[in-house]
Amino acid sequence: MKPREKAQVLDETALERALIRIAHEIVEKNGGTADLAFVGLRTRGVTLAQRLAERVTGIEGVKPPVGTLDITLYRDDLGLKVAQPVVRGTEIPFDVTGKIVILVDDVLFTGRTIRAALDAIMDLGRPRAIQLAILVDRGHRELPIRPDYVGKNLPTSRREIVAVRLREHDGEDRVVIEEPAEE
Amino acid sequence: MGWTRKDLLTMQELEPAEIGLILDTAASMKEIAGREIKKVPTLRGRTVVNLFYEASTRTRTSFEIAGKWLSADVVNWSAAGSSAAKGETLLDTAKNIEAMSPDVVVVRHGASGTAQLLARALKCAVVNAGDGAHEHPTQALLDLLTIREKKGHLEGLSVAIVGDIAHSRVARSNIHGMKKLGMTVTVAGPPTLIPPFVQELGVKVSHRLEEAIADVDVIMMLRLQQERMTSGLIPSLREYARYWGLTRASLSGARQDVLIMHPGPVNRGIELAPEVADGPYSVILDQVANGVAVRMAVLYLLAGARAQA
Repeated sequence: MKPREKAQVLDETALERALIRIAHEIVEKNGGTADLAFVGLRTRGVTLAQRLAERVTGIEGVKPPVGTLDITLYRDDLGLKVAQPVVRGTEIPFDVTGKIVILVDDVLFTGRTIRAALDAIMDLGRPRAIQLAILVDRGHRELPIRPDYVGKNLPTSRREIVAVRLREHDGEDRVVIEEPAEE
Repeated sequence: MGWTRKDLLTMQELEPAEIGLILDTAASMKEIAGREIKKVPTLRGRTVVNLFYEASTRTRTSFEIAGKWLSADVVNWSAAGSSAAKGETLLDTAKNIEAMSPDVVVVRHGASGTAQLLARALKCAVVNAGDGAHEHPTQALLDLLTIREKKGHLEGLSVAIVGDIAHSRVARSNIHGMKKLGMTVTVAGPPTLIPPFVQELGVKVSHRLEEAIADVDVIMMLRLQQERMTSGLIPSLREYARYWGLTRASLSGARQDVLIMHPGPVNRGIELAPEVADGPYSVILDQVANGVAVRMAVLYLLAGARAQA
């Protein structure tokens, strides 16, 4: 059974506004684009990182580099699942050392993915700083991790599903809350 | 799809989708080789035992590096100078190793079927790193990865495997893998080195080098395995080199974009002329680099399947 859609959190316009605001906040906080680099977490974080980098280019006229991070090899639940999750590969075509890395993901939940991402980036070099940009922060953190840029704070219950749908993957720009189907 | 097998024993038993999963995982692992610090924490606390009853440098080292880059502890157990030399049976040795709680045992042995025997006897994952003249699946997988990288795809490609087919587990594993993925295979060599009924694996047979390599995408030269030849299967090394050695002259009829592969170690001047081994078509060193990536993929996938048990 497919999960049932419960409520819409962001429509296309609101999602775009959130990205523009975050792009402005990134530029403001870092005083421009010097040493700025975006790293998106597979899969939708990569798309959001590319969009944020484009918005920053629109503001400052300089395009920061964008990389792709796959955190599978850094997960803390390997061996607990029935089969190993698929490794899709990291592609970071720049040296992270000395950079201000903006880590981008769609939803922030327990914080475990971000913990893995921090370890993965540290293995690649020594960034000057890592900042976290998130489209939806749904709470329920299990680790002391806090985002620097948030599109939308969304109180949820644990069993709800926050689905970020992006044009490139899902044919529409929308964020919804879903409820798992009853058995 | 996910990986669900406990062991990796043969190419013959794998589904095309499973081969694809290993190749895709290996392609992702290659990024780690380019890093300054080549280590990810994935298999921390896991133990891999290399149990090698036959001489091997490339394969054993490749598994060792693969395990270490994934943070596993890798232990080498070689037959020479060990309890095997004192008369311990294979199964006793394996049970003793199992008592030390490894997660993966990588085995190479001169007898076909050794890996299957161990896989049935041991609870941990078993990887076949070569059993007699039977199979050597990780070699076939690294060959497939290399071809896919260079050609962009596998389906529809044609391959000539040349040389000592009869003694070659590399040939057997590659034939199974390539047929499953929609590739055309021709085996070529002197009649004494071509096993009878090899056509039943779905391959063409040729007894002339120039004919076999004329219109193929890939030429895979095999090592003349003198250590496995008990009787006179070829008149002399010189004659073999003359008829079956790949030289610049014999390559003149091959395609411009042909790939030349060899599983190593190369007998220079016998099956491969030095100018060909070091020439522009040769991807021999890419094969070695891809070997580490494939073995990382295999160790990663097998370490996960363990959780079901």
